[in-house]
Amino acid sequence: MTAPLVVFFVLAALAVIGAISLILQKHPIHSALSLIVVMVALAGLYLLMGAEFVAAVQIIVYGGAIMVLFVFVIMLLNAGVEEHTSLSKMAGPTGLLLVLALAGFVAATVARSGASVQSAAQTGALSSTEGISEMVFKDFVYPFELTSFLILVAILGATVLAQREKS
Amino acid sequence: VSALLSANVGLVITIVKIVLLLFIVLTVNAYLTWFERKVVAHIQSRWGPHRVGPHGLLQPLADGAKFLLKEDPTPAGVDKVAYYLAPLLALALALTSIAIIPFGPDPIHLFGHDIYLGIAPPDLNIGILALFAITALGVYGVALAGWSSNSKYPLLGGLRSSAQMISYELALTMSVVGVLLMAGSFNLRDIINAQARHPQSGILGWNLWPQILGFFCFFTAAVAETNRVPFDLPEAEQELVGGFHTEYASFKFAMFFIAEYTSMITVSCLCTIMFFGGWLSPFPASWTFTHYLPSVILIPFGLWVIMDGVRYETVFGRLVLPAVGTVITAVGLILIVDPHHINEFIQAPFWFLSKVLVFLFVYVWMRGTLPRFRYDQLMAFGWKLLLPVSIVNVILTSFVILVWGKK
Repeated sequence: MTAPLVVFFVLAALAVIGAISLILQKHPIHSALSLIVVMVALAGLYLLMGAEFVAAVQIIVYGGAIMVLFVFVIMLLNAGVEEHTSLSKMAGPTGLLLVLALAGFVAATVARSGASVQSAAQTGALSSTEGISEMVFKDFVYPFELTSFLILVAILGATVLAQREKS
Repeated sequence: VSALLSANVGLVITIVKIVLLLFIVLTVNAYLTWFERKVVAHIQSRWGPHRVGPHGLLQPLADGAKFLLKEDPTPAGVDKVAYYLAPLLALALALTSIAIIPFGPDPIHLFGHDIYLGIAPPDLNIGILALFAITALGVYGVALAGWSSNSKYPLLGGLRSSAQMISYELALTMSVVGVLLMAGSFNLRDIINAQARHPQSGILGWNLWPQILGFFCFFTAAVAETNRVPFDLPEAEQELVGGFHTEYASFKFAMFFIAEYTSMITVSCLCTIMFFGGWLSPFPASWTFTHYLPSVILIPFGLWVIMDGVRYETVFGRLVLPAVGTVITAVGLILIVDPHHINEFIQAPFWFLSKVLVFLFVYVWMRGTLPRFRYDQLMAFGWKLLLPVSIVNVILTSFVILVWGKK
């Protein structure tokens, strides 16, 4: 096994273990911590594929900003340990079926695309920050601006909802 | 073993560099506490530490021994995982961030290998982003410490610090965009080299002048990110006992302490790189006589240390201080004679470290002079002043570059 492959398996295992632990942990903070592990492991995977910019942004935005907000809110609400209720009889079999379907779909896609899946470094332009900004601000400028407009609407909505009513 | 060594020589060099840098950073940290106590003491007309060793120079060692030997109780009702993870996370991330910093432009040729000063490879093209990524994770150390302690003061401290870090991270990131636009790269080396476009301009070529707004925002936000005065609300002693680290004792407390001082060093390095020309000399490149400046500083300093040691009343002071002074003077003399072009080589690290030292002094100076912000002032300052100013700076810089090009 080559060194990158070893690193890949370590990071992939970290991501999967983090994701499972996210579901199984009983305390919200522990779940949030597991999610951070997943985010950082994913960033490591991006780095391994030569997408440095995406990796850094993954940690800054998801690992840093968003998860800090999660942790902040959990701390602020002082959420306690969750109670686990017994699974409903419907949820178990349906969930299992859905998991199998999803796993099959992913496996089929990976098997079919095999050779065409390449790391970002090999495809060239995408790995550099310049390449990304070329795409975002030239080729896909309208979808990009639409997305930012959508986020703006969401921010305005949140502000209106959070505003205290004037008495 | 030798075959294995030669096969993985890059790895071995990196590990040696990591160990060396860790040693240097931790030592500098220890003496930074001494420096801080001395400077703050003199600002307040006191002597500061002066009992342990000459000029209190052994105080950091005594403090270190004390940290190691104190009882380390774990309070009842803490969340064990997060409680132990928090100081570890804070220290590990703070130390990792130093690895990104380059300390000099030229590699050392040793045993046929080019060894660059700094751990990260010189072509790390996400340098500044990697630093921001590491500092972005740094908040968890403080937040988790506050939450897991199961006590009200740490919780308040942790909450304050998370809110503060979220607020100031935006301004911090936005304020460097101007510098990045001027350099056209995330690589810290490229950012420094971009400030040397005109070799004759010296100090006038630094990013400080065109990016004065950016520097103001960056330094303020960076001080807030490191939880230092006047933004040290997470550990405000008068209100919160000790803030987020109230329930930590012994070396777990020391880990937070070391983390804070390490991030001070990182921020000082970053300010130097982004706005003060990194390792560039403030003088025009043609003034080669300024290359004797390290000697001009070292020789009188060494002589003064010898004099001071001879005057000292203890045997230790009389022996150690003159010895250290002799070494310093000798180094200064060697740099003048300069048999192997060492003087040329140390110019860049000399300027880099001098600038970092100035920033560390500014940090301590601020602690000695400024009062703490009130919480609402802190939030208003971050959101209503720093963020808009840094956005205006981005727009202005892009406009200037678009119209007049990169000068």
